[in-house]
Amino acid sequence: MHELSLVVNLFELLETKAKEEKIKRITLVRLRCGVFSGVVPECFQTAFDIYKKETIASEAELILDIVPVRFQCRHCGQEASQDDLPLLCPRCGSGNVTILDGTELTLVSLEAEV
Amino acid sequence: MSRREITVLEDLLGSNKKIAAAVRNLLESRGTLAINLMSSPGSGKTSLIEKIIESLHPQHRLAVIEGDIETELDAARIRAKGVAAWQITTGGACHLEAKMMARVIGEIPAETEFLFIENVGNLVCPASYDLGETLRWVLLSVTEGEDKPKKYPKAFLTSQSLIITKIDLLSHLNFDLERVKREAKEINPNLSILATSAKTGEGISAVIQLLLNQRQKLLSRHA
Repeated sequence: MHELSLVVNLFELLETKAKEEKIKRITLVRLRCGVFSGVVPECFQTAFDIYKKETIASEAELILDIVPVRFQCRHCGQEASQDDLPLLCPRCGSGNVTILDGTELTLVSLEAEV
Repeated sequence: MSRREITVLEDLLGSNKKIAAAVRNLLESRGTLAINLMSSPGSGKTSLIEKIIESLHPQHRLAVIEGDIETELDAARIRAKGVAAWQITTGGACHLEAKMMARVIGEIPAETEFLFIENVGNLVCPASYDLGETLRWVLLSVTEGEDKPKKYPKAFLTSQSLIITKIDLLSHLNFDLERVKREAKEINPNLSILATSAKTGEGISAVIQLLLNQRQKLLSRHA
């Protein structure tokens, strides 16, 4: 349960952005959340709803866009997408792969009243 | 008042990654091999470090950072072996973060050859936080059951080595060592796997050899 730590990081980013852009109120926060980010979306949502009170984003809606895992086989070069482990190349069956996408947790954008 | 959309594109772990990179740069430039040890509570991280100390201290310079939610108990165990230890108590947090490392890193002697970072006992959250280590080891004790690599894949996916511990207990358990090795390799084919017992000393010499080899690699990378 490290989602609350991540939400604290999120609000640090939001507050920095709010100062830079002279934002009065944040109404929507959009994140990309990889399937392998280690984040449980429901826990993140709960932590967000608890933490947002008395902040600039007190009424903000949270959108988590879930990103599937994308990987490339180191053996034959095939790229593929998958939601569960083990990651196996669909062409040659090798498990020796490089993960390209799906581990990220990124603040993509926000909507605000300025 | 007007509404607008602002694009940000910032990694939520970006600040952790930046601090971790700075920690890694500092340690590696000094020739310090840092190992982040992750596992469930009670799988034998401190006992493994104690056993390593018995082999490497005082011929090699060692230091240990102990991460726990509360108490200095683990640091006291390490100091009792004659090795310097720094205790980080997270006060509730279930993992170490790079900024906690940054607070103690200034006190770690520059001539340290091996720095062991014992993470908070937890097989989930520590896997998401780079601490600036060169190596990441995941420990699994035979009493925990064979299903852990599949249940907690991220710790196994992001580690270079799996250290199976307490193998002196194998004769009392229905623990399928080969199955664990196979399933851990399915998740991470590059994982090196060592089976050990801190009680009997079995397998510890392979751990020491791995450490010495990895430090040589680090030194030749920075030569």
